[in-house]
Amino acid sequence: MRLIAENLGGERGGETVFSGIGFALEKGEALVVTGPNGAGKSTLLRVIAGLLPVAAGKIRVEGSGEDFSSIASASHYLGHLNAMKTALSVEENLAFWRAFQGEPALSVEEALETVGLGGLGHLPFGYLSTGQRRRASIAKLLTSRRPVWLLDEPTAGLDKASEERFAGLMRGHLEGGGIVVAATHLPLGLRGAKGLALGVAG
Amino acid sequence: MLALFLRDIRLSIRAGGGALIGVIFFLAVIATIPFGVGPDLNLLSRIGPAILWIAALLACLLGLDRLFQADREDGSLDLLVLNSDRQMLALTVLTKCLAHWTGSVLPLVVAAPLLGLFMNMEPAGIGATALTLLIGTPAITFIGAAGAAVAVALPRGGLLISVLVLPLTVPVLIFGVSASYGAVADPAPFLQPFLILAALTLFLAVLGPLAAALALRHGTD
Repeated sequence: MRLIAENLGGERGGETVFSGIGFALEKGEALVVTGPNGAGKSTLLRVIAGLLPVAAGKIRVEGSGEDFSSIASASHYLGHLNAMKTALSVEENLAFWRAFQGEPALSVEEALETVGLGGLGHLPFGYLSTGQRRRASIAKLLTSRRPVWLLDEPTAGLDKASEERFAGLMRGHLEGGGIVVAATHLPLGLRGAKGLALGVAG
Repeated sequence: MLALFLRDIRLSIRAGGGALIGVIFFLAVIATIPFGVGPDLNLLSRIGPAILWIAALLACLLGLDRLFQADREDGSLDLLVLNSDRQMLALTVLTKCLAHWTGSVLPLVVAAPLLGLFMNMEPAGIGATALTLLIGTPAITFIGAAGAAVAVALPRGGLLISVLVLPLTVPVLIFGVSASYGAVADPAPFLQPFLILAALTLFLAVLGPLAAALALRHGTD
Protein backbone atom coordinates (compact mmCIF):
# COMPACT_ATOMS: atom_id res chain seq x y z
CA MET A 1 0.00 0.00 0.00
CA ARG A 2 1.03 3.61 -0.51
CA LEU A 3 0.19 6.87 1.20
CA ILE A 4 0.57 9.74 -1.24
CA ALA A 5 0.31 13.49 -0.71
CA GLU A 6 0.53 15.88 -3.64
CA ASN A 7 1.02 19.60 -3.21
CA LEU A 8 -0.91 19.45 0.06
CA GLY A 9 -1.93 22.66 1.77
CA GLY A 10 -3.57 23.23 5.11
CA GLU A 11 -5.10 26.19 6.84
CA ARG A 12 -6.36 27.08 10.28
CA GLY A 13 -8.93 29.79 10.77
CA GLY A 14 -8.46 31.02 7.19
CA GLU A 15 -4.68 31.41 7.53
CA THR A 16 -2.51 29.15 5.38
CA VAL A 17 -0.29 27.18 7.75
CA PHE A 18 1.64 25.16 5.15
CA SER A 19 1.40 24.53 1.43
CA GLY A 20 3.05 22.52 -1.31
CA ILE A 21 3.74 19.45 0.84
CA GLY A 22 4.36 16.29 -1.15
CA PHE A 23 5.47 12.80 -0.11
CA ALA A 24 4.89 9.19 -1.04
CA LEU A 25 5.28 6.47 1.55
CA GLU A 26 5.51 2.79 0.64
CA LYS A 27 4.66 0.16 3.21
CA GLY A 28 7.36 -0.16 5.82
CA GLU A 29 8.34 3.49 5.50
CA ALA A 30 8.15 6.21 8.10
CA LEU A 31 7.92 9.98 7.77
CA VAL A 32 9.14 12.16 10.60
CA VAL A 33 7.74 15.68 10.45
CA THR A 34 9.85 18.25 12.26
CA GLY A 35 9.66 21.99 12.63
CA PRO A 36 9.43 24.75 15.23
CA ASN A 37 6.29 25.42 17.27
CA GLY A 38 3.54 26.76 15.07
CA ALA A 39 5.01 25.32 11.88
CA GLY A 40 1.87 23.25 11.26
CA LYS A 41 2.95 19.75 12.28
CA SER A 42 -0.28 18.97 14.11
CA THR A 43 -2.34 20.63 11.39
CA LEU A 44 -0.63 18.43 8.78
CA LEU A 45 -1.48 15.28 10.73
CA ARG A 46 -5.08 16.37 11.20
CA VAL A 47 -5.38 17.16 7.49
CA ILE A 48 -4.00 13.71 6.66
CA ALA A 49 -6.45 12.06 9.06
CA GLY A 50 -9.32 14.02 7.51
CA LEU A 51 -10.14 15.84 10.75
CA LEU A 52 -9.42 19.16 9.00
CA PRO A 53 -10.42 19.92 5.42
CA VAL A 54 -7.74 19.77 2.73
CA ALA A 55 -7.14 23.37 1.65
CA ALA A 56 -5.19 22.49 -1.49
CA GLY A 57 -3.77 19.45 -3.26
CA LYS A 58 -4.58 15.82 -2.66
CA ILE A 59 -3.94 13.09 -0.14
CA ARG A 60 -4.85 9.48 -0.82
CA VAL A 61 -4.09 5.90 0.05
CA GLU A 62 -3.60 3.22 -2.62
CA GLY A 63 -3.73 -0.55 -2.60
CA SER A 64 -4.74 -0.89 1.02
CA GLY A 65 -7.55 -3.40 0.54
CA GLU A 66 -11.24 -3.19 1.21
CA ASP A 67 -11.11 -2.94 4.98
CA PHE A 68 -8.97 0.17 4.83
CA SER A 69 -10.30 1.88 1.73
CA SER A 70 -9.99 5.47 2.99
CA ILE A 71 -7.24 7.12 4.97
CA ALA A 72 -9.54 7.64 7.96
CA SER A 73 -10.46 3.96 8.08
CA ALA A 74 -6.81 2.90 7.65
CA SER A 75 -5.38 5.19 10.33
CA HIS A 76 -4.75 5.32 14.00
CA TYR A 77 -4.55 8.91 15.18
CA LEU A 78 -2.67 9.60 18.40
CA GLY A 79 -3.12 13.29 19.17
CA HIS A 80 -2.00 15.51 22.04
CA LEU A 81 -4.99 14.32 24.01
CA ASN A 82 -5.18 10.74 25.13
CA ALA A 83 -8.86 10.11 24.32
CA MET A 84 -9.34 8.26 27.58
CA LYS A 85 -11.92 8.83 30.32
CA THR A 86 -10.46 9.58 33.72
CA ALA A 87 -13.47 8.10 35.54
CA LEU A 88 -13.10 4.68 33.90
CA SER A 89 -10.38 2.14 34.56
CA VAL A 90 -7.57 1.70 32.04
CA GLU A 91 -8.97 -1.68 31.05
CA GLU A 92 -12.48 -0.31 30.52
CA ASN A 93 -11.10 2.49 28.36
CA LEU A 94 -9.05 0.15 26.19
CA ALA A 95 -11.78 -2.47 25.95
CA PHE A 96 -14.16 0.24 24.72
CA TRP A 97 -11.79 1.48 22.00
CA ARG A 98 -10.95 -2.09 20.99
CA ALA A 99 -14.64 -2.87 20.52
CA PHE A 100 -15.46 0.48 18.89
CA GLN A 101 -12.55 0.69 16.48
CA GLY A 102 -12.92 -2.87 15.25
CA GLU A 103 -10.21 -5.02 13.58
CA PRO A 104 -9.10 -6.34 16.99
CA ALA A 105 -5.41 -7.19 17.30
CA LEU A 106 -3.82 -7.64 20.74
CA SER A 107 -6.05 -8.22 23.75
CA VAL A 108 -6.21 -5.47 26.38
CA GLU A 109 -3.94 -7.36 28.80
CA GLU A 110 -1.35 -8.10 26.11
CA ALA A 111 -1.34 -4.48 24.96
CA LEU A 112 -0.87 -3.21 28.52
CA GLU A 113 1.88 -5.75 29.06
CA THR A 114 3.61 -4.54 25.88
CA VAL A 115 3.69 -0.91 26.99
CA GLY A 116 4.82 -1.88 30.48
CA LEU A 117 1.57 -1.24 32.32
CA GLY A 118 0.79 -4.86 33.12
CA GLY A 119 -1.11 -5.16 36.40
CA LEU A 120 -2.27 -1.54 36.39
CA GLY A 121 -5.34 -2.11 34.23
CA HIS A 122 -7.76 -2.02 37.14
CA LEU A 123 -6.77 1.55 38.16
CA PRO A 124 -8.92 4.49 37.10
CA PHE A 125 -7.19 6.27 34.21
CA GLY A 126 -7.19 9.48 36.24
CA TYR A 127 -4.84 7.96 38.83
CA LEU A 128 -2.03 7.41 36.31
CA SER A 129 0.94 9.73 35.88
CA THR A 130 1.41 11.71 32.64
CA GLY A 131 3.85 9.19 31.18
CA GLN A 132 1.67 6.24 32.17
CA ARG A 133 -1.34 7.92 30.56
CA ARG A 134 0.62 8.33 27.36
CA ARG A 135 1.63 4.68 27.47
CA ALA A 136 -1.97 3.60 28.02
CA SER A 137 -2.91 5.72 25.03
CA ILE A 138 -0.16 4.05 22.98
CA ALA A 139 -1.61 0.67 24.01
CA LYS A 140 -4.73 1.81 22.14
CA LEU A 141 -2.70 1.61 18.90
CA LEU A 142 -2.04 -2.05 19.56
CA THR A 143 -5.54 -3.27 20.36
CA SER A 144 -6.91 -2.51 16.87
CA ARG A 145 -5.18 -3.20 13.57
CA ARG A 146 -4.51 -0.17 11.34
CA PRO A 147 -1.80 0.05 8.67
CA VAL A 148 -1.19 3.79 9.08
CA TRP A 149 -0.18 5.35 12.38
CA LEU A 150 -0.49 9.15 12.61
CA LEU A 151 1.38 10.20 15.72
CA ASP A 152 1.41 13.73 17.11
CA GLU A 153 4.26 14.16 19.61
CA PRO A 154 3.93 10.50 20.60
CA THR A 155 6.75 10.52 23.13
CA ALA A 156 5.67 13.62 25.08
CA GLY A 157 5.95 12.79 28.76
CA LEU A 158 7.64 9.42 28.27
CA ASP A 159 10.81 8.44 30.13
CA LYS A 160 13.93 7.13 28.37
CA ALA A 161 13.06 3.45 28.74
CA SER A 162 9.51 3.98 27.49
CA GLU A 163 10.78 6.01 24.54
CA GLU A 164 12.98 3.10 23.51
CA ARG A 165 10.17 0.62 23.99
CA PHE A 166 7.92 2.79 21.85
CA ALA A 167 10.61 3.05 19.15
CA GLY A 168 10.67 -0.75 19.16
CA LEU A 169 6.88 -0.85 18.74
CA MET A 170 7.10 1.53 15.77
CA ARG A 171 9.87 -0.55 14.18
CA GLY A 172 7.74 -3.66 14.65
CA HIS A 173 4.80 -1.91 13.01
CA LEU A 174 6.98 -0.86 10.04
CA GLU A 175 8.43 -4.35 9.65
CA GLY A 176 4.88 -5.68 9.53
CA GLY A 177 4.22 -3.51 6.47
CA GLY A 178 2.81 -0.49 8.24
CA ILE A 179 3.30 3.21 7.67
CA VAL A 180 4.16 5.76 10.36
CA VAL A 181 3.78 9.52 10.08
CA ALA A 182 5.06 11.17 13.25
CA ALA A 183 5.28 14.84 14.16
CA THR A 184 7.91 15.49 16.77
CA HIS A 185 10.87 17.54 17.80
CA LEU A 186 12.48 14.74 19.77
CA PRO A 187 14.45 12.01 17.98
CA LEU A 188 12.24 8.93 17.73
CA GLY A 189 14.95 6.34 17.04
CA LEU A 190 13.64 5.41 13.62
CA ARG A 191 16.59 4.75 11.34
CA GLY A 192 15.99 5.24 7.64
CA ALA A 193 12.88 7.33 8.18
CA LYS A 194 12.14 10.04 5.65
CA GLY A 195 12.25 13.55 7.01
CA LEU A 196 9.98 16.50 6.33
CA ALA A 197 10.91 19.85 7.82
CA LEU A 198 8.18 22.46 8.03
CA GLY A 199 9.18 26.10 8.28
CA VAL A 200 7.34 28.85 10.06
CA ALA A 201 4.33 29.98 8.07
CA GLY A 202 4.62 33.22 6.14
CA MET B 1 -22.13 0.50 19.41
CA LEU B 2 -23.10 -1.49 22.48
CA ALA B 3 -19.63 -0.74 23.85
CA LEU B 4 -20.23 3.00 23.39
CA PHE B 5 -23.66 2.76 25.04
CA LEU B 6 -22.25 0.93 28.05
CA ARG B 7 -19.30 3.33 28.32
CA ASP B 8 -21.56 6.38 28.36
CA ILE B 9 -23.94 4.81 30.90
CA ARG B 10 -20.97 3.97 33.13
CA LEU B 11 -19.63 7.51 32.83
CA SER B 12 -22.98 9.03 33.71
CA ILE B 13 -23.37 7.05 36.91
CA ARG B 14 -19.77 7.33 38.12
CA ALA B 15 -18.55 10.29 40.13
CA GLY B 16 -18.78 13.55 38.21
CA GLY B 17 -21.13 12.08 35.61
CA GLY B 18 -23.96 14.39 36.60
CA ALA B 19 -26.81 11.95 35.99
CA LEU B 20 -28.58 13.12 39.14
CA ILE B 21 -28.41 16.86 38.42
CA GLY B 22 -31.47 16.70 36.16
CA VAL B 23 -33.53 14.75 38.68
CA ILE B 24 -32.63 17.10 41.52
CA PHE B 25 -33.50 20.14 39.40
CA PHE B 26 -36.80 18.50 38.43
CA LEU B 27 -37.57 17.75 42.08
CA ALA B 28 -36.67 21.28 43.15
CA VAL B 29 -38.93 22.93 40.56
CA ILE B 30 -41.95 20.72 41.22
CA ALA B 31 -41.54 20.92 45.00
CA THR B 32 -41.54 24.74 44.97
CA ILE B 33 -44.56 25.17 42.67
CA PRO B 34 -47.20 24.44 45.37
CA PHE B 35 -45.56 27.03 47.62
CA GLY B 36 -45.67 29.63 44.88
CA VAL B 37 -49.13 28.88 43.55
CA GLY B 38 -50.76 28.43 46.94
CA PRO B 39 -52.85 25.65 48.45
CA ASP B 40 -55.58 25.71 45.80
CA LEU B 41 -55.85 21.96 45.11
CA ASN B 42 -58.09 22.29 42.05
CA LEU B 43 -55.74 24.76 40.43
CA LEU B 44 -52.72 22.56 41.19
CA SER B 45 -54.30 19.46 39.70
CA ARG B 46 -55.34 21.45 36.63
CA ILE B 47 -51.86 22.81 35.91
CA GLY B 48 -50.10 19.64 37.14
CA PRO B 49 -49.38 17.93 33.77
CA ALA B 50 -48.16 21.17 32.20
CA ILE B 51 -45.85 21.93 35.13
CA LEU B 52 -44.45 18.40 35.11
CA TRP B 53 -43.77 18.65 31.38
CA ILE B 54 -42.16 22.09 31.52
CA ALA B 55 -39.94 21.08 34.43
CA ALA B 56 -38.96 17.85 32.67
CA LEU B 57 -38.18 19.77 29.47
CA LEU B 58 -35.89 22.20 31.27
CA ALA B 59 -34.24 19.40 33.25
CA CYS B 60 -33.58 17.56 29.97
CA LEU B 61 -31.81 20.60 28.54
CA LEU B 62 -29.64 20.95 31.63
CA GLY B 63 -27.11 18.20 30.97
CA LEU B 64 -27.11 18.35 27.18
CA ASP B 65 -24.07 20.60 26.77
CA ARG B 66 -21.81 17.84 28.09
CA LEU B 67 -23.07 15.33 25.50
CA PHE B 68 -20.18 15.93 23.07
CA GLN B 69 -18.11 18.48 24.96
CA ALA B 70 -16.70 15.94 27.42
CA ASP B 71 -15.58 13.78 24.48
CA ARG B 72 -14.08 16.76 22.72
CA GLU B 73 -12.05 17.84 25.73
CA ASP B 74 -10.26 14.52 26.11
CA GLY B 75 -9.80 13.87 22.39
CA SER B 76 -12.31 11.01 22.15
CA LEU B 77 -14.44 12.99 19.70
CA ASP B 78 -11.59 12.97 17.14
CA LEU B 79 -11.49 9.20 17.24
CA LEU B 80 -15.28 8.89 17.08
CA VAL B 81 -15.22 11.05 13.91
CA LEU B 82 -12.16 9.25 12.53
CA ASN B 83 -13.90 5.89 12.78
CA SER B 84 -16.99 7.09 10.92
CA ASP B 85 -16.27 4.76 7.97
CA ARG B 86 -16.72 1.76 10.23
CA GLN B 87 -19.23 3.16 12.69
CA MET B 88 -21.54 5.59 10.92
CA LEU B 89 -21.31 8.89 12.76
CA ALA B 90 -25.09 9.41 12.90
CA LEU B 91 -25.47 6.00 14.58
CA THR B 92 -22.70 6.91 17.02
CA VAL B 93 -24.63 10.08 17.88
CA LEU B 94 -27.89 8.11 18.20
CA THR B 95 -26.18 5.69 20.58
CA LYS B 96 -24.80 8.54 22.65
CA CYS B 97 -28.27 10.12 22.77
CA LEU B 98 -29.87 6.87 23.92
CA ALA B 99 -27.21 6.45 26.60
CA HIS B 100 -27.69 10.06 27.72
CA TRP B 101 -31.46 9.57 27.83
CA THR B 102 -31.17 6.33 29.81
CA GLY B 103 -28.66 7.81 32.22
CA SER B 104 -30.10 11.24 32.92
CA VAL B 105 -33.66 11.50 31.59
CA LEU B 106 -35.16 8.10 32.43
CA PRO B 107 -34.77 8.86 36.16
CA LEU B 108 -36.98 11.95 35.59
CA VAL B 109 -39.70 9.79 34.08
CA VAL B 110 -39.45 7.42 37.02
CA ALA B 111 -39.68 10.30 39.49
CA ALA B 112 -42.61 11.95 37.69
CA PRO B 113 -45.43 9.85 39.26
CA LEU B 114 -44.20 10.68 42.77
CA LEU B 115 -44.02 14.37 41.93
CA GLY B 116 -47.48 14.16 40.37
CA LEU B 117 -48.77 13.54 43.90
CA PHE B 118 -47.30 16.92 44.94
CA MET B 119 -49.52 18.48 42.30
CA ASN B 120 -52.68 16.71 43.54
CA MET B 121 -53.16 14.93 40.20
CA GLU B 122 -55.52 11.98 39.78
CA PRO B 123 -54.01 8.53 39.17
CA ALA B 124 -55.11 8.52 35.50
CA GLY B 125 -53.47 11.90 34.95
CA ILE B 126 -50.27 10.80 36.66
CA GLY B 127 -50.11 7.65 34.54
CA ALA B 128 -50.77 9.57 31.32
CA THR B 129 -48.15 12.22 32.12
CA ALA B 130 -45.52 9.60 32.96
CA LEU B 131 -46.34 7.73 29.74
CA THR B 132 -46.16 10.87 27.58
CA LEU B 133 -42.87 11.80 29.25
CA LEU B 134 -41.53 8.33 28.51
CA ILE B 135 -42.45 8.63 24.83
CA GLY B 136 -41.76 12.35 24.38
CA THR B 137 -38.50 13.09 26.21
CA PRO B 138 -36.28 11.12 23.76
CA ALA B 139 -37.35 13.66 21.11
CA ILE B 140 -35.96 16.47 23.27
CA THR B 141 -32.65 14.64 23.61
CA PHE B 142 -32.45 14.08 19.83
CA ILE B 143 -33.07 17.77 19.03
CA GLY B 144 -30.70 18.71 21.83
CA ALA B 145 -27.96 16.57 20.29
CA ALA B 146 -28.05 18.75 17.17
CA GLY B 147 -27.76 21.87 19.34
CA ALA B 148 -24.98 20.31 21.42
CA ALA B 149 -23.05 19.41 18.26
CA VAL B 150 -23.28 22.95 16.93
CA ALA B 151 -22.11 24.44 20.22
CA VAL B 152 -19.50 21.77 20.98
CA ALA B 153 -16.54 24.12 20.57
CA LEU B 154 -17.91 26.81 22.89
CA PRO B 155 -16.67 26.62 26.47
CA ARG B 156 -19.94 27.89 27.95
CA GLY B 157 -22.31 26.53 25.37
CA GLY B 158 -24.99 25.36 27.80
CA LEU B 159 -27.18 28.43 27.65
CA LEU B 160 -26.75 28.77 23.89
CA ILE B 161 -27.90 25.18 23.43
CA SER B 162 -31.02 25.85 25.49
CA VAL B 163 -31.83 28.94 23.43
CA LEU B 164 -31.19 27.11 20.15
CA VAL B 165 -33.15 24.05 21.10
CA LEU B 166 -36.07 25.45 23.08
CA PRO B 167 -38.15 26.69 20.09
CA LEU B 168 -37.75 23.32 18.40
CA THR B 169 -39.02 21.45 21.44
CA VAL B 170 -42.27 23.43 21.60
CA PRO B 171 -44.24 20.93 19.42
CA VAL B 172 -43.13 18.09 21.69
CA LEU B 173 -44.29 20.07 24.72
CA ILE B 174 -47.64 20.95 23.16
CA PHE B 175 -48.54 17.40 22.16
CA GLY B 176 -47.16 15.92 25.36
CA VAL B 177 -49.27 18.20 27.53
CA SER B 178 -52.40 17.88 25.41
CA ALA B 179 -52.19 14.07 25.52
CA SER B 180 -51.78 14.24 29.31
CA TYR B 181 -54.87 16.45 29.57
CA GLY B 182 -56.74 14.19 27.16
CA ALA B 183 -56.52 11.34 29.63
CA VAL B 184 -58.37 13.27 32.38
CA ALA B 185 -60.50 16.01 30.74
CA ASP B 186 -63.37 14.27 29.02
CA PRO B 187 -63.98 15.88 25.62
CA ALA B 188 -60.28 16.18 24.81
CA PRO B 189 -58.79 13.15 23.02
CA PHE B 190 -55.80 11.21 24.38
CA LEU B 191 -54.82 8.94 21.53
CA GLN B 192 -54.39 11.45 18.68
CA PRO B 193 -51.91 13.80 20.39
CA PHE B 194 -50.17 10.78 21.87
CA LEU B 195 -49.63 9.25 18.44
CA ILE B 196 -48.38 12.56 17.06
CA LEU B 197 -45.95 12.71 20.00
CA ALA B 198 -44.70 9.21 19.18
CA ALA B 199 -44.33 10.22 15.53
CA LEU B 200 -42.34 13.32 16.54
CA THR B 201 -39.95 11.16 18.54
CA LEU B 202 -39.44 8.72 15.66
CA PHE B 203 -38.96 11.54 13.16
CA LEU B 204 -36.45 13.36 15.35
CA ALA B 205 -34.61 10.10 16.12
CA VAL B 206 -33.55 10.21 12.45
CA LEU B 207 -33.20 13.93 11.84
CA GLY B 208 -31.46 14.93 15.10
CA PRO B 209 -28.52 12.49 14.89
CA LEU B 210 -28.05 13.18 11.15
CA ALA B 211 -27.88 16.93 11.77
CA ALA B 212 -25.59 16.45 14.77
CA ALA B 213 -23.26 14.19 12.77
CA LEU B 214 -23.01 16.81 10.04
CA ALA B 215 -22.22 19.52 12.58
CA LEU B 216 -19.60 17.37 14.34
CA ARG B 217 -17.86 16.45 11.08
CA HIS B 218 -17.45 20.11 10.18
CA GLY B 219 -16.73 21.22 13.71
CA THR B 220 -13.43 19.39 14.25
CA ASP B 221 -10.49 21.72 14.42
